[in-house]
Amino acid sequence: MFRYIVRRLLQMVLTFFGATFVVFALTFANQDDPLQALAGERPITESQRLALTERYHLNESFLTQYWYYMKGLLTGDLGTSLTGQKISAMLANAWPVTVKLALLAIVIAATIAVTAGVYSAIKRGGLFDNVTLIATLVVLAMPIVVLAPLAQLIFGIKLGWFPPTATRDASLWDLLLPALVLGSLVIATELRVTRTSVVENLRADYVRTARAKGLTRRRVIWVHVLRNSLIPVVTLIGVDLGGLMSGAIVTEKIFNIPGVGFNIARAITTEDGPLVVGFVSVLVIIFLVVNLLVDLLYAALDPRIRYE
Amino acid sequence: MLGKSPWKMAVGATAIALLAAGCGSGDSDESSGTSNTVVIGIAEPQHLIPSNTTESNGAEVLNSLFYPLVDFDAKNNPTPVAAESITADKTNTTWTVKLKPGFTFHNGEPVIAQNYVDAWNYGAYGPNGQGGSYFFSSIAGYADLQSEDPDGEEGPKTAPDPKAKKLTGLKAVDDSTLEIKLAAPFASFASLLGYTVFYPLPKAAFSADGVLAEGFEDAVIGNGPFKIKGKWEHDAQIVVEKVADFKGQVPKVDGITWKIYQDDAAQYADLVAGNLDVQTQIPIESLASASADLGDRFQKSPNSAFQFVGFPTFQKEFQDVRVRQAISMAINRQEITDQVFLGSQTPATSFVSPVVAGYRENTCGKNCEYNPTEAKTLYTEAKGPAELKITYNADGPHKAWVDATCNQIKASLGVNCTGVGEPKFADLLTKVEKKEPVGLIRLGWLMDYPLMENYLGPLYATDGSSNYYGYSNTAFDDLVAAGRSAATPEEAIAKWQAAEDILAKDMPVIPLRNGQNVFGFSEKVTNVNVDLFQKVNLYEIEVVS
Repeated sequence: MFRYIVRRLLQMVLTFFGATFVVFALTFANQDDPLQALAGERPITESQRLALTERYHLNESFLTQYWYYMKGLLTGDLGTSLTGQKISAMLANAWPVTVKLALLAIVIAATIAVTAGVYSAIKRGGLFDNVTLIATLVVLAMPIVVLAPLAQLIFGIKLGWFPPTATRDASLWDLLLPALVLGSLVIATELRVTRTSVVENLRADYVRTARAKGLTRRRVIWVHVLRNSLIPVVTLIGVDLGGLMSGAIVTEKIFNIPGVGFNIARAITTEDGPLVVGFVSVLVIIFLVVNLLVDLLYAALDPRIRYE
Repeated sequence: MLGKSPWKMAVGATAIALLAAGCGSGDSDESSGTSNTVVIGIAEPQHLIPSNTTESNGAEVLNSLFYPLVDFDAKNNPTPVAAESITADKTNTTWTVKLKPGFTFHNGEPVIAQNYVDAWNYGAYGPNGQGGSYFFSSIAGYADLQSEDPDGEEGPKTAPDPKAKKLTGLKAVDDSTLEIKLAAPFASFASLLGYTVFYPLPKAAFSADGVLAEGFEDAVIGNGPFKIKGKWEHDAQIVVEKVADFKGQVPKVDGITWKIYQDDAAQYADLVAGNLDVQTQIPIESLASASADLGDRFQKSPNSAFQFVGFPTFQKEFQDVRVRQAISMAINRQEITDQVFLGSQTPATSFVSPVVAGYRENTCGKNCEYNPTEAKTLYTEAKGPAELKITYNADGPHKAWVDATCNQIKASLGVNCTGVGEPKFADLLTKVEKKEPVGLIRLGWLMDYPLMENYLGPLYATDGSSNYYGYSNTAFDDLVAAGRSAATPEEAIAKWQAAEDILAKDMPVIPLRNGQNVFGFSEKVTNVNVDLFQKVNLYEIEVVS
């Protein structure tokens, strides 16, 4: 077990460097004229262009720029963005609110999905099952660009139940509406997977054995069936968590949350290489850690899986 | 890692993580409901150092933190504000600025002439890379502060240090007298001094001579009616509070929260929900419902924006002036401002904005009148191209009106016209520099100081900073220069008007629309005015008691 974790951590280091290199190369290839991109339509004077080009090493080759970045990274300096802000400070500002939002979304989504999934599996073919099927289809069919402004208009402005926007120091209450919207992205798939998985396990031999032993119905379903049915769902939740952190661009923009998605989008439009890489590196780490956790959870859920 | 506990542990860990993420929040300012402060929406400023602030969001915030040397009256003539007087010698080359006594920076330092000299030298020095440095180019000695890369931008050699570090034209005669020598006579120089880059900086701003102290930008110290409370909270807000016994004009509110929005639509949602007091520019997609949402709290006022399309001179098919005239006549400006912009912009029929002194209506004459039949005749006579393109940057709200304009051109001239979106403005410029056939180029201009020259110089002069289409006419250049060196502002205007008449003949661009501020405010505030520079008038705005 311990050796397995160490091996995975070592692999993570390699993956991390590989991923940052690829991201750096992609931003570099995308880079056309970052100074003009930053200035928008305003003219840049020759001497300003000259000064900024040298300050940010923009005229150097790709490998030299990557070397500067790595040298900084290994000495704990993430560099500065093209607007002169410390990237480490920008990361520290952006991450907490995004993590909060993504965790809230995933908890809401997982709770609803698992409960409703199990219930509709038990009452398979019943009214509840059919209603959730239709409801999840509707939510799946609605893109977030429609869902988010609609939710903001109805619940934030017209009814006034929730604040229509949130800021960086938002409370959980402020983030509830965006989290619901964000969670709806994954709730449908998680619910369907839970349902299918539970339906399958209900017919399994060990369930019949458990019933024959005279266990209560509740214990059979919520302990025996659920634990086995959760394996695919946990995988899905792990992947979703990473996805929610990086994929909240639309939600963050509409609800005015200055988090990771917003910062990455801005960094890409201003062709700000170090800034993109800074944010993506942390995302890479999160994906790696979450995947490791999911793998370890398998062992907890399924006694047949062991890591040696 | 086996048994029942891990599963519970996982649930527990998630709960703890959520709690940890949740704590330390929830105490957002709810006190603003009763206090005499207002919340105004902006986007994240790029910079807050005056000489590096050339976009409107940073300029708005600095407007609360600093007190300018001059402000503009109703006719856009400069009036001294932080200055007692601004006078020029007979040739308009040497300007003397007397400062009003008693002003202090927020840290208690008295404002002295040397503060202006230091700030302007910092702004003008090339290696500091300040966005507004070109504003100092009219001051003597500017050229010596710039360096040139010996082997071009792509070359490996680094540029040598410039010849000088200080502008020779700047001198603090004594604590309250500033002497400015210009490189060439400029009768309207005082108008420039109202711009953001000409604010002073305190001694505390510099860690050494000519070196800005680290972290100064996050807690700017100004000489204005408000001082920054805490720090610039990037992407969230900038809170400013009233300075006790301010010597200049005293605002009616006790503080302003500059709330930073990622998106105009989110800002509008907050305005309607009552969480925001002023939005200076309501996005087009919300305009249709704005009257219903806000009633008479939805208002318009003129601003200096000027929207147009330019003809690249490197494309031969546009060299015949008749082609340019015909395309201009083929466009129904009124229809586009009404249908696409829902009246938030007005048709432009001159080459400068109506907000500057010396503006005359309809200098473009019949060339800017919608006349499809004559357009068609002219176009056929001149054998105009059968394919037209309008290139725009797709990251701005341009697609709708460019397509509408193209449809009008198609209908009037019977030629094919397509709108081509480039991802960013920088991509458009790259193509223009490579002389690729981009067709008509979408452009816009916001003035920096209220003079006709601020349109004529940068947009149409041969060496104009935003003359991307390469228009060049020596007679025009001479008239603009003659206006600058004219003895009085009135004579200057006469020269510039003559220059504008040349544009009407040459039609290097097609004027399309003049911008307006379409702003809205909450029930909590009154006396809200948004000026030509898209800034809220901070001295007039009041909280309804």
